[in-house]
Amino acid sequence: MNSLSSFFTRFKLKPQVMPGFGLSLGFTLFYLGLIVLIPLSGIFIKSSSLSWNEIWLTVTHPRVIHSYKISFGLSFLAALINGFFGLMIAWVLVRYSFPGKRLLDALVDLPFALPTAVAGITLCSLYAPNGWIGYYLSLLGIKVSYTPLGILLALIFIGTPFVVRTVQPVIEDFDQEVEEASMSLGAGRLQTFCRVLMPPLIPPLLTGMALAFARAVGEYGSVIFIAGNMPMKSEITPLMIVIQLEQYEYAKATAIAGVMMIISFLMLLCINLLQAWSSRYQRN
Amino acid sequence: MDGIVSRIKGPRSLGASALNEPLWLKRVLIGVVLLFLGLFLILPLTMVFYSAFSEGLAVYYASITESAALSAIRLTFFATLIAVPLNLVFGLAAAWAITKFEFPGKQILITLIDLPFAVSPVIGGLIYMLIFGSQGWFGSSLRDQGIQIVFSTPGIVLGTIFVTVPFVARELIPLMQSQGNDQELAAITLGASGWQVFWRVTVPKIKWGLLYGVVLCNGRAMGEFGAVSVLSGHIRGKTNTVPLHIEILYNEYQTTAAFAMASLLTLLALVTLGIKTSIESRVAKEMNEEIS
Repeated sequence: MNSLSSFFTRFKLKPQVMPGFGLSLGFTLFYLGLIVLIPLSGIFIKSSSLSWNEIWLTVTHPRVIHSYKISFGLSFLAALINGFFGLMIAWVLVRYSFPGKRLLDALVDLPFALPTAVAGITLCSLYAPNGWIGYYLSLLGIKVSYTPLGILLALIFIGTPFVVRTVQPVIEDFDQEVEEASMSLGAGRLQTFCRVLMPPLIPPLLTGMALAFARAVGEYGSVIFIAGNMPMKSEITPLMIVIQLEQYEYAKATAIAGVMMIISFLMLLCINLLQAWSSRYQRN
Repeated sequence: MDGIVSRIKGPRSLGASALNEPLWLKRVLIGVVLLFLGLFLILPLTMVFYSAFSEGLAVYYASITESAALSAIRLTFFATLIAVPLNLVFGLAAAWAITKFEFPGKQILITLIDLPFAVSPVIGGLIYMLIFGSQGWFGSSLRDQGIQIVFSTPGIVLGTIFVTVPFVARELIPLMQSQGNDQELAAITLGASGWQVFWRVTVPKIKWGLLYGVVLCNGRAMGEFGAVSVLSGHIRGKTNTVPLHIEILYNEYQTTAAFAMASLLTLLALVTLGIKTSIESRVAKEMNEEIS
């Protein structure tokens, strides 16, 4: 408490009327530090027990490099596909009416709410060669389960709500008069969409895609079943951490985790900048 | 929602072609969306329940009441019962500090609260291995005292707490920011104590957001897989939560039993979505009443 009051005077903060600053901020920092920050800092402390050379060899092992390509490449592809379909879903849910719309609107959040292991075994069974969809695809010679294509499907599944839920409120807030003005100035529907409606949608669309990407990169449960986990073929980066841990190679596991964390931090920074950009856009 | 639809239909006489997509395009878009959501949401949902009951009610009942299943359910409830209240208190404290006061580094704090969402759940498990695992910082001293954290219940609880830290705080911060402090300040001016303001003014104002945050937190806590998988050691009947039990059953080709357990978690997810939808419509109704 003492240190907090000196903190006040040091930063010349105006006296606060609301009570409970010391208690609420103190507990917040204590809890966050104990549960999240101190344990996470362990990643960088532990990986420093390896030499730079060892760290480099671990994080650039061909199998690990391939897992980056799978994880980051497929997550990026999934985010693009989510961007396209997410925009379409949000548009249709806001602008059109059709039977079952309210139910579908509620179900969009299912990938958030459904435990990842359930999603994993369900998608894997659906797309396995003897599954409901996989059977017909296998007749066409397409293998989904236990291939990178299966990983992509799982990542699209878990990313669906992110784009829809960031774009949907912006479409709801559109002012009809702007579209009327555009029309009365002679613009066609396509031109109105591209020149008038699309520009304010771009920041939330990018934010949603970045969120979907960040989630997909770290995703484990829903991917691990459908991936098949074949070395140099369908292994994701989180699995490389698990494999190192199972061999009690804690330092190597943390080195790979460190690479993922740095990329996640950069992603978080990008998302915050995007959100700041989109809120500025909306205010103008 | 209705307002938007009626506004779109309104100026049709002005020249609907520029305000509305042509009918064929509308139908195509609705069709594509229905196909996408059907393929990715409806079909998996149907599949879970179909597979769970594919060998009849008796097999279903046996699958969810065998001893390993019951101990998995118990452990899941135990971890959730610890994680959710802790993160509820944390969420309230964090939202109070962030929305009622100005202090330097606030934006950084908000970002840090989101960290457990930004890192892979596998990393969430790994960090506690580094601290409490056999080669970890406290590993040997804990072993000397006979305390086991990883590959045991405390590790599972820790992993569950970690991944669910942001849920309540994330719901409350934007809500309390938009509500402002006027009512709290009025109560203080009238002589209410800090706790009185909290219980009598703030909590009633944020109750729906609070409930929603708790429901989301609960759903994730019961369904967490990655972090808990790393920390559990997969000891059957002892350190298995429901999602881990599902994994074991599925890998042992006991598909029906796996989907029977999965149907319990799916039901939980559907209840979560149902509560979310009803909270949203209730809040919308309350807002309409305030306006009119």
